[in-house]
Amino acid sequence: MTDAATPTASRPRAPAAGLLQVTVPPAGASAGPGRRRWWARLRRDRTLLIMTLPALVLLAVFGYAPMLGLVMAFQDYDLYDGFVHSPWVGLANFQQLFTDPGFWHAFWNTLALFSVQLILFFPVPIALAILLDSLLSRRLRGIIQAVVTLPHFFSFVLVVTIFNEVFGGAGLLDTYLRSHGVTSPFDFMTDPGTFKLLATSQLIWKEAGWSTIVYLAALSAISPALHEAAAVDGAGYWRRLRYITLPGLKGITVLLLILNLGYALTFGFEQMLIQLPAVGSGAAQVITTFSFENGIVAGNYSYGAAAGLFLGVTSVILILSANKVAHLFGEDGLYRK
Amino acid sequence: MITTEPARAVPAVPRRPGPRDRVTRLLAIEARPAWQERPRAATQGAKSGVIAVVLLVIAIPLYTIVVTSLSTQASINQAGGMVLWPHGLSLAAYQEIISGGVVGRALLISLGITAVGTFFSMAVTILAAYGMSRAESFGHRTVLWIMLITMFFNGGIIPLFLVVSALGGYDQYWALIAPSAVSVFNIIVMRAFFASTAQDLIDSGRIDGAGDWQILWRIVLPTSRAVTAVIALFYAVGYWNSWFNILLFMPSDSSKWPLQMVLYDYLTQNSQMVVSAAAGFQAAVPTLALQMAVVTITIVPVLIVYPFVQRHFTKGVLLGAVKG
Repeated sequence: MTDAATPTASRPRAPAAGLLQVTVPPAGASAGPGRRRWWARLRRDRTLLIMTLPALVLLAVFGYAPMLGLVMAFQDYDLYDGFVHSPWVGLANFQQLFTDPGFWHAFWNTLALFSVQLILFFPVPIALAILLDSLLSRRLRGIIQAVVTLPHFFSFVLVVTIFNEVFGGAGLLDTYLRSHGVTSPFDFMTDPGTFKLLATSQLIWKEAGWSTIVYLAALSAISPALHEAAAVDGAGYWRRLRYITLPGLKGITVLLLILNLGYALTFGFEQMLIQLPAVGSGAAQVITTFSFENGIVAGNYSYGAAAGLFLGVTSVILILSANKVAHLFGEDGLYRK
Repeated sequence: MITTEPARAVPAVPRRPGPRDRVTRLLAIEARPAWQERPRAATQGAKSGVIAVVLLVIAIPLYTIVVTSLSTQASINQAGGMVLWPHGLSLAAYQEIISGGVVGRALLISLGITAVGTFFSMAVTILAAYGMSRAESFGHRTVLWIMLITMFFNGGIIPLFLVVSALGGYDQYWALIAPSAVSVFNIIVMRAFFASTAQDLIDSGRIDGAGDWQILWRIVLPTSRAVTAVIALFYAVGYWNSWFNILLFMPSDSSKWPLQMVLYDYLTQNSQMVVSAAAGFQAAVPTLALQMAVVTITIVPVLIVYPFVQRHFTKGVLLGAVKG
């Protein structure tokens, strides 16, 4: 498909509609009243707008309609009465929510799980990136990167299953311990006490390699001349790491850290939901699973939606303020200022 | 391990290539920068050790799952569970799966949903991305904002469940595709690529009388093959891995379940099933091998697709980070 050949090839089949569009004068050219210019632009770009329609319809049905459906958080929603006939109850659902010990347990558990995961996970991809970057063999680097990135493309069901075959009862480790005379059964997968570590190690196994990519790009942007100058001045490896490499990674690290904070309340839904039956709600209940269990599983739709609305609103506030902070640090964040 | 000869003041007599040069070529080893000191042997050793551990931590679980799926009952009994050193391999578990039953059907269902879903998502994404790609076009900023808002806020699970149920989606396959069919993020990435298509190409097409459909199909798409392929593969992996949608919209009808749900079912009932596997001498195929075959089958399509995505995803991730 060479650049020059394409338009020429399409010439014989050009439809009349295409010709029409060329003859419509560009927006700036017609000096008529604003209304006519508006109409002309709409006519000129109608094909483009029609093209966005399928996506807009899908978002309207599966994005915006559920948003409107959140009014049910202020109702005592009943499946048979629907949104129109269900009785309004004001803030009763929220009153119940904020006095529910189960909700507060889920809330604090979410924050605890998030903090542990963030603190233990965050340095791993940075260390991995520095290690990979120091390799002189391009091929070896490529192979390692391919291997460590692979689990990113596994589902959490698969990741938990894989962990279960290694750390679960009758898993690889348990089998090994038993064959070496350890009689007490070993089951890391169902122990609520160590669940935070388990969840973190799953996250590291699945995502550390993927997160490395961004840091590797930042490392390759550091000018080798800096390293060279420092080395000539007598700086050893550790000093160069401390004064050149790490400062070079600071921008992207701060940015990712801040952006991650935006998802503090919504992270890990599937991961927790899959493991709730095994470790119990004491260890794995987060706000998202709390909303799902109350709303869908128990059929208490309005109550679950109230938890969902609380989550949605706090998340928007978190994400927007995280981006605000990112802008203060002079970074772009999710969107530009 | 990773060593190159330091620059030495040797006469410029060409050496005969030795085994070390072959290693250098095979591993594509770059020359160490002149200013960089050679690491001590201990550092090299520690580095090699860390790399080996990292690789093994990912490889061993995958290896033991595949090997166990290929093991005979005798090997499994000898190992007492998951197999590391197989004694005799057998394809019995896979034959059992192919010959029909829950897993074979689930595999076909998963492949079908992935194929149909990816095609549908790509059609919608490409059209929307092109529709918003022209600067100055009428209303594209409004459309963009309508889309962006859904990235920051959504109604949550329960209203979505009620909307899909009200549309008759409960236990229907379209409910596993339509609600997650558009990723606004993917549209925005693709839009950035489309917008960077050379303007003079598009202009010359327009002068030749091509309309927007033709420009998209004959100029923009052919020049954006790489990004199209990457996004298609991301969608495909998404559909293949999707699990929660099934739990939400198709929790009880196990005859319709895709693979991930079958896997989840095995996982959550694992404790009993492993016990019964240890006692399952009478069965022709060991239960544990069958379970591990299910896990393997879930992994394999990802492994097949992976090399194709892997070449591109650095670009994809960075583009997302920069232009998202």
